Amino acid sequence: MNKVKLEGIRDGYNKRFDCIDKRIIICAGTGCVANGAMGIYDEFIRQLDKAGINVIVELDKEEEGTLVSKSGCQGFCQMGPLVTIIPGKTMYTKVRVSDVSEIIETSILKDGTVERLIYRNIETGEGCPSVDDIPFYKKQSRTVLKNCGLMDPSDIDEYIARGGYFAAEKAVASMSSEEICKVVKESGLRGRGGGGFPTGTKWELAMKENSADKYIICNGDEGDPGAFMDRSIMEGNPHSVIEGMLIAARAVGANAGYVYVRMEYPLAVARMKAAVRKAEEYGIIGEGAFEDRIDFKITVMEGAGAFVCGEETALIASIEGKRGMPSPKPPYPSTYGLFGKPTVINNVETLATIPIVLGNGAGEFMNTGTERSRGTKTFALTGHVRNTGLIEVPFGTTLREIIVDIAGGVVDNDGNPCGVDFKAVQIGGPSGGCLTKEHLDLPLDYESLKSVGAMVGSGGLVVMNQQTCMVGIARFFMKFTQNESCGKCIVCREGTKQMLALLDDITEGRADETTIPLLSELAGVVKVGSLCGLGKSAPNPVLSSLEFFKDEYIEHVENKRCPTGSCKALARYMIIEEKCKGCGLCARKCPVDAITGEKGMAYRIDADKCIKCGACIEACRLSAVAMG
Amino acid sequence: MNMKKRIYIDNIETTVNDERNLLEVIRAAGIDIPTFCYHSEISIYGACRLCMVEVEGKGLVPSCSTIPEDGMRVRTNTAEIRKMRKMIVELTLASHDMSCPTCAKSADCKLQDLARRMGVDEVRFKKRTPKKPIDRASESLVRDPNKCVLCGDCVRVCDEVQGIGAIDFAFRGSESTVTPCFGKNLDKVECVYCGQCVRVCPTGAILPKSHISEVWEAINDPELTVVAQLAPAVRVAIGESFGLEPGTNSTGQIVAALRKMGFDRVYDTSFAADLTIMEETNEFLGRIENGNKMPMFTSCCPGWVKFAEQYYPEYLDNISTCASPQQMFGSLCKKTYQRSGASSAEKLRVVSIMPCTAKKFEAARPEFTKEYGRDVDYVLTTRELALMIEESGLRFPSLAPDSFDMPFGFKTGGGVIFGSSGGVTEAVLRYAVEKVTGETNFGYVFESVRGNKGIKSAIVDLSGNKLRFGIVMGLGNARKLMESIKSGEEHYDFVEVMACPGGCVGGGGQPVPENMETTVRRSRGLYENDRMLQLHKSQENPYVSELYDKLLVSPNSHMAHELLHTSYKPRQRTEGDDVSILSGQADDRTEITFCFGTGCFVKGAQELLKETVDFIREADIADSFDIKATFCHENCSRGPVVDFDGEMIEKCTFEKIVSRMSAVRAGKE
Amino acid sequence: MKYATVKKFENVCEIINKHGRDSANLIGILHDIQEEYRYLPKEIMTFTATMLGIAPARVYGVATFYSHFALEPKGKYVIKVCDGTACHVKKSTDLINAIEKRLGLSNENKTTSDMMFTLEAVSCLGACGLAPAMVVNDEVHGLLTPETAVEIIEAIIEREKTS
Repeated sequence: MNKVKLEGIRDGYNKRFDCIDKRIIICAGTGCVANGAMGIYDEFIRQLDKAGINVIVELDKEEEGTLVSKSGCQGFCQMGPLVTIIPGKTMYTKVRVSDVSEIIETSILKDGTVERLIYRNIETGEGCPSVDDIPFYKKQSRTVLKNCGLMDPSDIDEYIARGGYFAAEKAVASMSSEEICKVVKESGLRGRGGGGFPTGTKWELAMKENSADKYIICNGDEGDPGAFMDRSIMEGNPHSVIEGMLIAARAVGANAGYVYVRMEYPLAVARMKAAVRKAEEYGIIGEGAFEDRIDFKITVMEGAGAFVCGEETALIASIEGKRGMPSPKPPYPSTYGLFGKPTVINNVETLATIPIVLGNGAGEFMNTGTERSRGTKTFALTGHVRNTGLIEVPFGTTLREIIVDIAGGVVDNDGNPCGVDFKAVQIGGPSGGCLTKEHLDLPLDYESLKSVGAMVGSGGLVVMNQQTCMVGIARFFMKFTQNESCGKCIVCREGTKQMLALLDDITEGRADETTIPLLSELAGVVKVGSLCGLGKSAPNPVLSSLEFFKDEYIEHVENKRCPTGSCKALARYMIIEEKCKGCGLCARKCPVDAITGEKGMAYRIDADKCIKCGACIEACRLSAVAMG
Repeated sequence: MNMKKRIYIDNIETTVNDERNLLEVIRAAGIDIPTFCYHSEISIYGACRLCMVEVEGKGLVPSCSTIPEDGMRVRTNTAEIRKMRKMIVELTLASHDMSCPTCAKSADCKLQDLARRMGVDEVRFKKRTPKKPIDRASESLVRDPNKCVLCGDCVRVCDEVQGIGAIDFAFRGSESTVTPCFGKNLDKVECVYCGQCVRVCPTGAILPKSHISEVWEAINDPELTVVAQLAPAVRVAIGESFGLEPGTNSTGQIVAALRKMGFDRVYDTSFAADLTIMEETNEFLGRIENGNKMPMFTSCCPGWVKFAEQYYPEYLDNISTCASPQQMFGSLCKKTYQRSGASSAEKLRVVSIMPCTAKKFEAARPEFTKEYGRDVDYVLTTRELALMIEESGLRFPSLAPDSFDMPFGFKTGGGVIFGSSGGVTEAVLRYAVEKVTGETNFGYVFESVRGNKGIKSAIVDLSGNKLRFGIVMGLGNARKLMESIKSGEEHYDFVEVMACPGGCVGGGGQPVPENMETTVRRSRGLYENDRMLQLHKSQENPYVSELYDKLLVSPNSHMAHELLHTSYKPRQRTEGDDVSILSGQADDRTEITFCFGTGCFVKGAQELLKETVDFIREADIADSFDIKATFCHENCSRGPVVDFDGEMIEKCTFEKIVSRMSAVRAGKE
Repeated sequence: MKYATVKKFENVCEIINKHGRDSANLIGILHDIQEEYRYLPKEIMTFTATMLGIAPARVYGVATFYSHFALEPKGKYVIKVCDGTACHVKKSTDLINAIEKRLGLSNENKTTSDMMFTLEAVSCLGACGLAPAMVVNDEVHGLLTPETAVEIIEAIIEREKTS
């Protein structure tokens, strides 16, 4: 492979692309597939064929017809299945198999739009036919995700036609290791996995080591619950990751690389493996790639279900076939990593950003974001907002812009809009803290988040409405972290276990005046004393919620009451007077005789005797018993 | 010029010499930073978090994995550090079985000590772990997971130093536990009972099995005669339990104590060691003369013997057939029971006091059980003896020394140095030189086989015959040595293997040493003792000569073989690791087991299995057979080996199997 | 049935060879063995350990560390309900309770006695936009309610009855 060949492939693809009339892109990310996207894909092919149109599935020759492609996650998951028509970038939402013939009729055979399938602006009611009109997308800055959702991830030619692998060619053929590291350092790119460590500096440290063998590892063990950015990149644009790794290999002097993907992402695993094979076929990676300019072999490895393996030394242990337990640092992986050799571990999004930083997008990248947090960041926006999904915004974007402009505002448990009336936004997953309404205008970047006790993390953003119990959320995250703790160091292993037990005491009514101070003290020790990032950040949700929602905690402890009614063990069971006909069924079912009353009159539950078993709720045929 | 780094520890300037990390520098400066999971000879683990110190500009860091840098300012005891250490102890105690008063580790337990030092007077956390079962299944060791702090020291010693890995971590997070594979007990897996795990365990999670009550019972039984034999390594270490310096020779006090405790006779294992030298050296020289397969390996270390039976069964013929001194002694004692004042061999009890936990396993081996019972009835470790002495109310250091009973209490220096790595070889040489050259005036010290290296080698010229001696301590080193012999890279004529680093002085039953320095001092104590004795060469022991005259006739005689020699057998590493491939339904099935050890595998075991199964399938006779795969040997040169209904077919072929199958079927018709 | 065991065993030898008999590939090897047997039988793990030249205790340690590896046989249909943040916030716990109730399972007892279903709660399948979600074998189902989740189970039970 060389530059001339790349150009040839690009030109060849473009020529083929010019021949086709229309292109139908069906989102085939995990979410849309779960919603039936594959059935829609098959239906399109069937119906187009019936309509006498030449259906092209693989663009390998110049011919007229309609190209039907499956893409990676387009991000607008709430609205899926998604179908986009090129030209025009018309996006159809919530498409069903039965809509396919109409879409073909209207948008393929003719140039019209199927109005009822277009996204409608909730405020104005206006239709947004093109992707670019949709507020969800309009306010984003899709850079890394630019091509996700608009290209066929299995077509390497398309990737090249969109500029792919040209940056790698430049790096391999005409740049020195020092030059590459310098460019990356100057770009200000920081690790997108949560650490925020300057990527260029990391590469430089490994570059300086003297060793015949060095490794590049792509950390695709995105375990944060509520985060799927890396998955989307691996599914939607796997070659961008490979290109990033190749450039890293050149910069550092590595001859082998691993892509470690969670096994819970089978589609991502398959797409990465296929992309690696294709890149090898084209002489872009492998032995003697780019006409013998570099040897770089990539192996794709599946994880086996351990969140802690996202920590770099644990990841290394896993690749070495061991238990994924972290090791103390120093020595750092850049000196002594995989199999004892200098190793660079980068997050998927970081690697996917590298071709941009080294390519034509460098200037734009440098000019986006804030002084110390350059560029854009992907976020998985979930929770109680109207539009959940995958977004990408420049660093420095405020919470308000995300919640209002992009997500369309907060909703309550029944789906009713609540403007910006949220209780908290959890940012950074189980390692992160929460932001409240007082942070609505806080610019999101590494420094400002750190200053309020939160962190960017990998990019999970969960919006929680007023009906959410913050103590319950803290407990939920602690349960997760405790379950995933590797168990090596005493502090995290025992500390998270006892913290979880204390939180259980709080949410189940067993706490007393010593509980919260003990929880605080323990949280402080776990934060400082743990061996790895998992332990060190495990107390964050607790510390953060204690800071902003102390009252809720106190209510749970002193009054044994959960203000939002979410903690089942603290719920008060009450009989709704208006609904109760006095049949006495609940009283008969009550195992502790807590319900009393006279026939024909509303019964009452004695809260002191009630053991909250729920038998009365089940028994009542009039739904007159409620939990609050 | 190489300027040494200088750091400031609690504002005092300290020079960094060649310490590997900040922890070692601080300890060298005299400040005792507590740790659970740090031992200088195993890898750095970083799990206990007790060694955290404050480094200016960096905050709290674990000192075991921090490299000292010039100008570093370190504080070792700030309020934050104290708070953290206290919390760590509290958390550990919350999931610990706090039965200190009844725990055998009570005086020695690092956790208990730390709780006391940190002033932890309250555990504010509830116990949230269910009780786990205790493993008492083996003869030698008792595992109590309820006392484990998961420091991983035992795992790392078993893996890195001993090269076995019989125990490892399993499960994750708060479910983590240290266990043999599949949660089995130690007696069903490849543990060789060397007890190095006991040596490094900070708590009572793994301890030698106690036989104290059995011994007391025997002593208190008026019908029984109870004799003790004392191993050399014990005498230079037991004093540590009573405040004496490591290496102090307290033989006299031990003998006195044993008599006061009620033993009828007190003998010296070193006597039997002299005897072993006679047998083994003659065996060695005989093998050279007969051109047998070399090298010859020593057999006195039971951990090594089990190791060899498991991993190197093809070398079992190379191991000396001599029993260990402990066993030779037991057998001899029971044969000559009148000498010890017993009415019969059945009424005699032999108790050996050993630095070793594997000796308990050795004493229970079926090869050492005769018609009258065991040759050695009970084995007490050094620490068990110390406990019994305390139990008796004796003030050990101030006991008036006493001497052994004769004749089995007389020894030469050669028998004493058995306890140190290189000692057996040196004792062999002291005899071999005289036997081969006829010389008697040579110096008895052989420096070339002494020293604290893991693998030592020395070439000794015996009348023109240049013989190469190898001395190994630690089973990881033994494995290295074995591989170098197998590959032909190295050649030895005689190899001494001690499972424990330092030799028996570093055994699992000894008082827990501060560090490797303690073991070296104990060794030195033995060589000192040797120097002070009148005789140094085993062949000069007059009572040994008398024994040959009166009973054994000559070394390696028939009588000697009957009493003093033994045999070995290959062992499966994990019990029940046969893989059942095909199970027939018929009543009289024929069992065919295919060996899948490395050697057999590369010689076509898999293909052979496939061919056989295909044949069975085609002939539709599956019901008459049980097909299994197993690991019998690891690199058998006679492979592929197939066990056909009890008959071992070597260099097996498909034809050989088919012909036997036809014979079976013909026999049935 | 008889020869299935033989084939499986032969495949184990294949698997270990395919991975270069390298202990660094232990996790990939265990993945493939679990594909073959639907769980990791003890003797096979010991066999693997010896073939790779590592201690069985180490293989056991790796197999018990990672959630994916099963030491007990799982049901024919493995139901994984996502309990990641997004799903949790959208009441995934109700889904779990509903399925548990329908199949008579609990926290201690995760597999039905007829070996048809195994129910597990997993953290984050990455389908957060479709919370709450669950995966049955390889099929992802999203935007579920306790009722629709149980319906999916019922459909499988029906299908199994007729086949």
